[in-house]
Amino acid sequence: MRLTGRVIFGGEAEGEALVSSTPMSFYGGVDPDTGEVTERGNELLGRSVRGKVLVFPHGKGSTVGSYVLYRLARNGAAPCAMVNAKCETIVAVGAIISEIPCVDLIDIGRIKSGDSVRVEGEVVQF
Amino acid sequence: MLLTEEEERMLAGEEGSAARKAMQILVALGKIYGAERMVKVSSVQVSGVSYKNLGDAGLEFLSALAEDGKARVKTTLNPAGMSLTDWRAQGIESGFAEKQLKVIDAYRRLGVEISCTCTPYLAGNEPTFGQHIAWGESSAVAYANSVIGARTNREGGPSALAASLTGRTPLYGLHLKENRSPTIVVDVKTPLRFPEDFSAVGYSVGKAAQDGIPFFRGIEWADLEELKALSAALASSGGVAMFHIERITPESAVEAEGIESMTITSRDLTEVGKFLNDEGVPDFVSVGCPHCSLTELATVAKLLEGNRVRREFWVCCSREVKRQSDEAGYSDVITASGAKFATDTCMVVAPVEELGFRVVATNSAKACHYLRNAGLKVRFMPLEECVEEATRAA
Repeated sequence: MRLTGRVIFGGEAEGEALVSSTPMSFYGGVDPDTGEVTERGNELLGRSVRGKVLVFPHGKGSTVGSYVLYRLARNGAAPCAMVNAKCETIVAVGAIISEIPCVDLIDIGRIKSGDSVRVEGEVVQF
Repeated sequence: MLLTEEEERMLAGEEGSAARKAMQILVALGKIYGAERMVKVSSVQVSGVSYKNLGDAGLEFLSALAEDGKARVKTTLNPAGMSLTDWRAQGIESGFAEKQLKVIDAYRRLGVEISCTCTPYLAGNEPTFGQHIAWGESSAVAYANSVIGARTNREGGPSALAASLTGRTPLYGLHLKENRSPTIVVDVKTPLRFPEDFSAVGYSVGKAAQDGIPFFRGIEWADLEELKALSAALASSGGVAMFHIERITPESAVEAEGIESMTITSRDLTEVGKFLNDEGVPDFVSVGCPHCSLTELATVAKLLEGNRVRREFWVCCSREVKRQSDEAGYSDVITASGAKFATDTCMVVAPVEELGFRVVATNSAKACHYLRNAGLKVRFMPLEECVEEATRAA
């Protein structure tokens, strides 16, 4: 399938989808060294975002979350791309400073964890 | 988004890599929030200063920006994780201090004023009515929009810094008059006598209003300290970035009919008081969240005069207000009692839990909110009782 959205940070990436149907908090919700999701109540608890195409509605929580994405990228533990329903400040800023391809305005309900996803500019293919 | 030639140059990297990164951030935010163009800002307040929150990644990011980035407008700084001069007396370990000083050095190289306060409006960063600004620090955002009538969205650390390095911010949200109207009427049916009452009301209303704009009716009078306390509490339990108080705040002559409404009674104040009071005897007392004004320092000095502090007591304020307090003679009285000034920092952003304290008494609902999130027990009480608690025999 091929979906078209809006570029938040442009680039190309390919990887396995990891899908959270609920908003994600990076500050306090993802281990900045390992990429493991640590937020209680999140369906991805215990899974790692490292190298994945991370699919979630939007970010939430502290704006310090942008720096957590940066730290993940420096540690090689960041997702290879992010796909959102509606991006907001925390994730957008995080994607830009960490140079992680990010696209939003995507009907994320169509993507399942484990799908092989390719992100290229505004296009998401799986 | 429509960009000027100068903005296009920044985006193309012709004005350096920091300006490029900053413009990328602003363009992305403009796109997300539907801004048609950028607007020039006259002042910036940067949050994201404490090493406790930034970590090594934040430090690295700031150091990279400082290689060729420069503030283009007046830019002041939020509190750091320690007093920049007296951190040893605060019990801060040297590893933390070294990193914190590196963060400050990066900001200094970026041309940011090392003001380190959440009340920039008491320390020389004083925008005027109608000015576009880009401020982080949620309590200062609410104060600037509501009490001063300047215009800012609720910025995060990187987006505020991006505004500083370009002198611009995308024109959307609270920069536009049509988005500054109230969304919820709050009828206050109980007299508010002290800043702590305003703090409690703010905490209660923030929960209900979320990121809306409350319109308060029934408040007869509010001084600077009370408006400061209200701003901080509204922005901590909720995401309030602006409020109106009928006949008091400058943009309150607006239509507030036909929207959602709520009532605040004395019972609501009591409930907040109960909610923010854990079991336990305080081993740490602190006032100044947001940072104390000179008036508050005068009160603290008066209450402490001739008394001895018997447990750790931090009086948090900006170095600018501390300087005024030195001149007025309040500082000598306060330190003679054994109380400590915590300038450049506060009980929320300093690593208080790592200093071994467990139960904090404070007159700020905002501080209670964040300290509890950090795992501490809290006791919310008026300023006078905080001083009593600090001086009471164990």
